[in-house]
Amino acid sequence: MTELILSRLQFAVTTSYHFLFVPLTLGLSVLVALMETWYVKTGDETYKKMAKFWGKLFLINFAMGVVTGLVQEFQFGMNWSEYSRFMGDIFGAPLAIEALLAFFIESTFLGVWIFGWDKLSKKVHCMSIWLVAIASNLSALWILIANSFMQEPVGYVLRNGRAEMVDFLAVVTNKHVFYQFPHTVLSGFTTGAFFVLGISAYHILKKKHVDVFMQSAKFALIFGVISLFGVLGVGHAQGMHLVEAQPMKMAAAEAHWETESPAGFNVFAIVDKENNTNSFEIKVPGVLSFMSYGTFDAEVKGINDLQKEAVQQHGEGNYIPPVTSLFWSFRIMVGVGSLLILVVLLGAFLYKTKRFENTTWFLKLLPWMIPLPYIANLTGWFLAEQGRQPWIVYGLQKTADGLSTSVPAAYIWTSLIGFTLLYGILAIVDVYLILKFVKRGPVEAEDEDSSTDVAKGASLWT
Amino acid sequence: MDLNILWFILISVLFIGFFFLEGFDYGVGILLPFMGKNDTERRIVINTIGPVWDGNEVWLITAGGAIFAAFPNWYATLFSGFYLALFFILVALIIRGVAFEFRSSDRSPRWRSAWDWGIFVGSLLSAILWGVAVTNILRGVPINGEMQYVGTFFDLLSPYTLIGGVTTLLLFTVHGALYLTLKTEGEMVQRAWSIAKTVSVGALVVLVLLAAMTYFQTDLFASTLAALGILVCAVAMILTVLFTYKKAAGKAFIASSLTITFLVLSVFSGLFPRVMVSSLNPEWSLHIYNASSSPYTLKIMTIVALTLVPIVLAYQIWTYWVFRKRITAKDIHY
Ligand code: HDD
Ligand code: HEM
Ligand code: HEM
Repeated sequence: MTELILSRLQFAVTTSYHFLFVPLTLGLSVLVALMETWYVKTGDETYKKMAKFWGKLFLINFAMGVVTGLVQEFQFGMNWSEYSRFMGDIFGAPLAIEALLAFFIESTFLGVWIFGWDKLSKKVHCMSIWLVAIASNLSALWILIANSFMQEPVGYVLRNGRAEMVDFLAVVTNKHVFYQFPHTVLSGFTTGAFFVLGISAYHILKKKHVDVFMQSAKFALIFGVISLFGVLGVGHAQGMHLVEAQPMKMAAAEAHWETESPAGFNVFAIVDKENNTNSFEIKVPGVLSFMSYGTFDAEVKGINDLQKEAVQQHGEGNYIPPVTSLFWSFRIMVGVGSLLILVVLLGAFLYKTKRFENTTWFLKLLPWMIPLPYIANLTGWFLAEQGRQPWIVYGLQKTADGLSTSVPAAYIWTSLIGFTLLYGILAIVDVYLILKFVKRGPVEAEDEDSSTDVAKGASLWT
Repeated sequence: MDLNILWFILISVLFIGFFFLEGFDYGVGILLPFMGKNDTERRIVINTIGPVWDGNEVWLITAGGAIFAAFPNWYATLFSGFYLALFFILVALIIRGVAFEFRSSDRSPRWRSAWDWGIFVGSLLSAILWGVAVTNILRGVPINGEMQYVGTFFDLLSPYTLIGGVTTLLLFTVHGALYLTLKTEGEMVQRAWSIAKTVSVGALVVLVLLAAMTYFQTDLFASTLAALGILVCAVAMILTVLFTYKKAAGKAFIASSLTITFLVLSVFSGLFPRVMVSSLNPEWSLHIYNASSSPYTLKIMTIVALTLVPIVLAYQIWTYWVFRKRITAKDIHY
């Protein structure tokens, strides 16, 4: 039992940590590529400065994404070996394709981009950052195809005691992918947009490199508006899809215990886990029916009925995921989304009316918005992954049955503490470096550290 | 030839690629303190692999993904069984990876020296641990009838497997030193040569020792192909030493590449058709049939791999072409 809790904790820590860096990579790679494209098209040095400045921040973030991703690749075997046996026939394929199709391009052309500024023609150099951006997003596609199977198994049969693939195309075109992929990628774009916006605002306030940062802010605003509308639109469709595909997840996300028609929407709820009900709730009638099915009088199944159905189908057991945590995760994500869209629309309006540069209170606000997409990303994953519990593969394998049987708790303690410590230290380093290069601004970032005579005294052995 | 065999071969190829490419990366990392006497030199050393090390590491990631896709039981038994060993490898690789990217981002000598330590220790540890892991797979580990590893971490450490670790350590170091003779200039080349001279002799000695121990500890020599592989590997190692003493850089590097290639090749042919040997009962070993995916998945993955691998090879070779020049102090902007 302890092994199970420890392994889950370790998976949550390492994967959430990996996903702190992933979204920024997804968004910022595209933004940098756009900036460099404008440089190649216009020859205007401002764009080159932009590409180099944001590129440096991108690289710091990317390095963290890479090393934390390495752990991801192996921990299914380490901690979830029975899951790997059960699922490998299906799950391994997208993972291998991700490496072959995406990681190779990403890593190779990033090297080309970093070291190729004066070795390659402008166009080829610009093409290499585009390849990085496209490959990053391709990698997201394949890993999400894998994740989507766990959420919504398709194209398989149960044979030889495991899930075997019978239709690759069905796995790739899983309905769940059509929601999860755009939602995740666009939330990455949103993260990138607010990152650029917040840091640009900081510099505009200081009246430093205003040309570079006004231009950056413009890119970010346009990018942000488009991405956020996308995230919210897809998110809504995704919710409606999940009501049918994983009704328990959505019922739990709404703390909706009893089947109702029409069903009301809980704005606020205090969950009473003992008695499977809410001890307090603020309910808007009919709205849940509308959000789930588009009409105000549709019946929406509640957790308690879904639990009974699950018992009938799969045998005795508790099929209710952690309701409180899901309820609030969902509300935080949606709340953040709603707030961000207001901010980005206001920003675009101010920019359009040429007041952006001088609306000090707004510029001061923007850096504080940077953490919000991160919070939405994590709560989003909490919703998706915790809402799937107790299943590791929805309806096919329970999380408890996916655990490695040969790994004792002491080992997991070792790795859990080890990874947590290491990741903690790296987080400090990462934040230090990001802040340092943010503060320094463009241009200087290039020259100072690369002058070779500095730090001559540095020696490995002293 | 059935697809199970094809995938066994493909995975061997991935590991050959990985050990050949990351071999010199590890070597360069290990040699960092010995090759770089001041900061400029150390940056030159790092920049010799700067553009390529991440791409090289993806060979490992791909090998991991390929094992998962083609032989899920192998993936499951190996990584849960070698849990702590793998954890240490991952820590080493993480430290090394961030160190490459972060060390030049700050001027403070203490900062740089800390990351240089990271590169050195991370490379050293991984170079040793891979040798330990591979020799364990070959020698056999306690695996029961349910394909579960039933030993502990300490069962993985024995004189034989530790010699395996020393062998990869020295081989990769020579390989890295020879790579540096090709990629640096002036005094640094001389330094790389003198390191290569010393270490290559040591590598030859442990390699022979390892081969002898392998004869007693494993059934590798039962396979003619594997035995031949070991022979070629030994010859290539001797050539490495000879060419090193002649300072024939290109030839020596090719020879050390062949040494690594044939070492990996003979390990895999010695294993075949098994992928993990059970030391408890030969019946309980994992092999390419009881560990594999369904024929359908293998077919899909074959199509994917045969289309993508040539493309990957093409652009990776292109990068080495773009960055073919020797690195000098003038080149270190990044
Ligand atoms: C392809 C598979 C996959 C992918 C892409 C993700 N996860 Fe996941 N997640 C799992 C596969 C999985 C899993 C193997 O199925 C876990 C491990 C234990 C479990 O119950 O599910 C899990 C659990 C899990 C948990 C713990 C839930 C619990 O134990 O109650 C969290 C917080 C996350 N994940 C978060 C994430 C984040 C932040 C991801 C973004 C990268 C992510 N997951 C991607
Ligand atoms: C839990 C399953 C996951 C595994 C096994 C995994 C594996 C990996 C690995 C091995 C790398 C390093 C690649 C390199 O060296 O270049 C990586 C990086 C990356 N991963 Fe993941 N990953 C997972 C989850 C995700 C998800 C859900 C996404 C996106 C939605 C994602 C997107 C990326 C991206 C964009 C990178 C590039 C590096 C960076 O983030 O800066 N990964 N991943
Ligand atoms: C109105 C706003 C939103 C709605 C209705 C919405 C809806 C959803 C739903 C239903 C899920 C669960 C998907 C599943 O279980 O498979 C989800 C997951 C997720 N959300 Fe949102 N979301 C919204 C806003 C946002 C915002 C603003 C972000 C980030 C900037 C975000 C990031 C994520 C992420 C990263 C996931 C996990 C990946 C996935 O399953 O797609 N969401 N969202």
